[in-house]
Amino acid sequence: MKSVLDHLQTLGQKGTGFFERLGRASILFARILGGAPSLFLRFSLVVQQTYSVGVLSLLIILVSGLFVGMVLGLQGYNTLVDFGAEESLGVVVSLSLVRELGPVVTALLFAGRAGSALTAEIGLMKATEQLSAMEMMAIDPIRRVLTPRFLAGVISMPLLAAIFSAVGVIGGYFVGVGLLGVDDGAYWSQMQAKVDLYDDLLNGVIKSFVFGIIVTWIAVFEGYDATPTSEGVSRATTRTVVHSSLAILAMDFILTALMFGEH
Amino acid sequence: MSNSSDILVSARGLSFARGSRQIFNDIDINIKRGSVTAIMGPSGTGKTTLLRLIGGQLQPDSGTVTVDGEAVHALRRGQLYQLRKRMGMLFQNGALLTDMNVFDNVAFPLREHTDLPERLIRNLVLMKLHAVGLRGARGLMPSELSGGMARRVALARAIALDPMMIMYDEPFTGQDPISLGVLVRLIRLLNDALGLTSIIVSHDIAETAAIADDIYLLSGGKVVAHGSAEDLKQSGSEWARQFIQGLPDGPVPFHYPAEDYAQDLLSGGLA
Repeated sequence: MKSVLDHLQTLGQKGTGFFERLGRASILFARILGGAPSLFLRFSLVVQQTYSVGVLSLLIILVSGLFVGMVLGLQGYNTLVDFGAEESLGVVVSLSLVRELGPVVTALLFAGRAGSALTAEIGLMKATEQLSAMEMMAIDPIRRVLTPRFLAGVISMPLLAAIFSAVGVIGGYFVGVGLLGVDDGAYWSQMQAKVDLYDDLLNGVIKSFVFGIIVTWIAVFEGYDATPTSEGVSRATTRTVVHSSLAILAMDFILTALMFGEH
Repeated sequence: MSNSSDILVSARGLSFARGSRQIFNDIDINIKRGSVTAIMGPSGTGKTTLLRLIGGQLQPDSGTVTVDGEAVHALRRGQLYQLRKRMGMLFQNGALLTDMNVFDNVAFPLREHTDLPERLIRNLVLMKLHAVGLRGARGLMPSELSGGMARRVALARAIALDPMMIMYDEPFTGQDPISLGVLVRLIRLLNDALGLTSIIVSHDIAETAAIADDIYLLSGGKVVAHGSAEDLKQSGSEWARQFIQGLPDGPVPFHYPAEDYAQDLLSGGLA
């Protein structure tokens, strides 16, 4: 049987392992950012990646946004109607989306769709020695491969979250106004009156921007740090999805507490 | 010893360990300018590691590696990258960038490192591809190439910047006789035509010995033998003879170290 000391030792090893990885990830983060200025001259690299990271994620974002909006419309109506406040449906739907569901659900989907793909791509480039070959050609793979992908992710996330929220509001409109008979004018005018540009929209954008940094950072780090074997890449891909999902939810709580905690 | 300016690459007292496993133990290697030098040894002797040490991708535990008069591991990052522009490397499976076609792969280092107009790049790329006989394959993607073709494309990419030397990592592994013959010929031809210095890491004895001017045999972290192919065949070292002639048993035992055979069977797995 294992002694208490053995368990302590394992715990300690895991702890130092965690901090070691965090350190490596931070150094990589700094090097990725260091490569950013030179990319302004070659912005086409970022545009290319924005296409594969952002544009190709559009479909899943559009469909999910629509359904989330429709569910919000339905659930919101059922609750509000008890208080005779169904006119406020627009406010409920839009605030839920803009403040929380838009950034959070988009980031979770983004981690699954784009983050995992980034990790797998970079991990496989490492496994097939493409990154090594670049180094030997005197081309820094961090600047050439990682930085454009990171910037593309950071640019795409807020845009995708905005699209998610917009489509969600329309989904809520279909269900609330189209099916359940909420007044058309009330849906929009209440929304216009109650949703604040800075308190709500801007905070939502900040959230989605932060999530974009976190997800893409985790994704490129896991790919770059992956053990260069099939198993290593598959583990890294799983870790990207798990770690970024957890990080998104934890960060969401912290950001929400900072932004909306003082009311 | 020959004049040091004749020596393009030299390793002095090089030691390198991976974890607790000592891969090199105080080895000295000299690679002459303009020559084709082969580094041979059994699998797992760290031949590829040696190339990575020369290219500055790994740091030695002790000793120095000098390439064209510059101590590789004392260089700053920028200087190392400048030096690498003059070194080509051919990876075992080519390591072509899979999201680009053959043409763009060869053009890649030119586009990254030069501001040449696209028309000139096109001509340069076609010349390099013609040299390896794949000008007609310029539109193919790496996934559509055979292993031998991928290595030839990678070779064209490695000479794109007109380097002073090329390192080949196991260039002959897993090739059919025709593409093997093509590669062997190309390595020698390019070396002589372009005035390169070539380092081949391999354990394919016949092919490598046919084109190598100089051979180093590595084993157990040491240089076991050194000389031309002829020298090694007549080498006094029993190990070198076993390796060169491919004998199954000798100083390198057939059996992986194990406890006594009879004892092992009799214990019935209960020991």
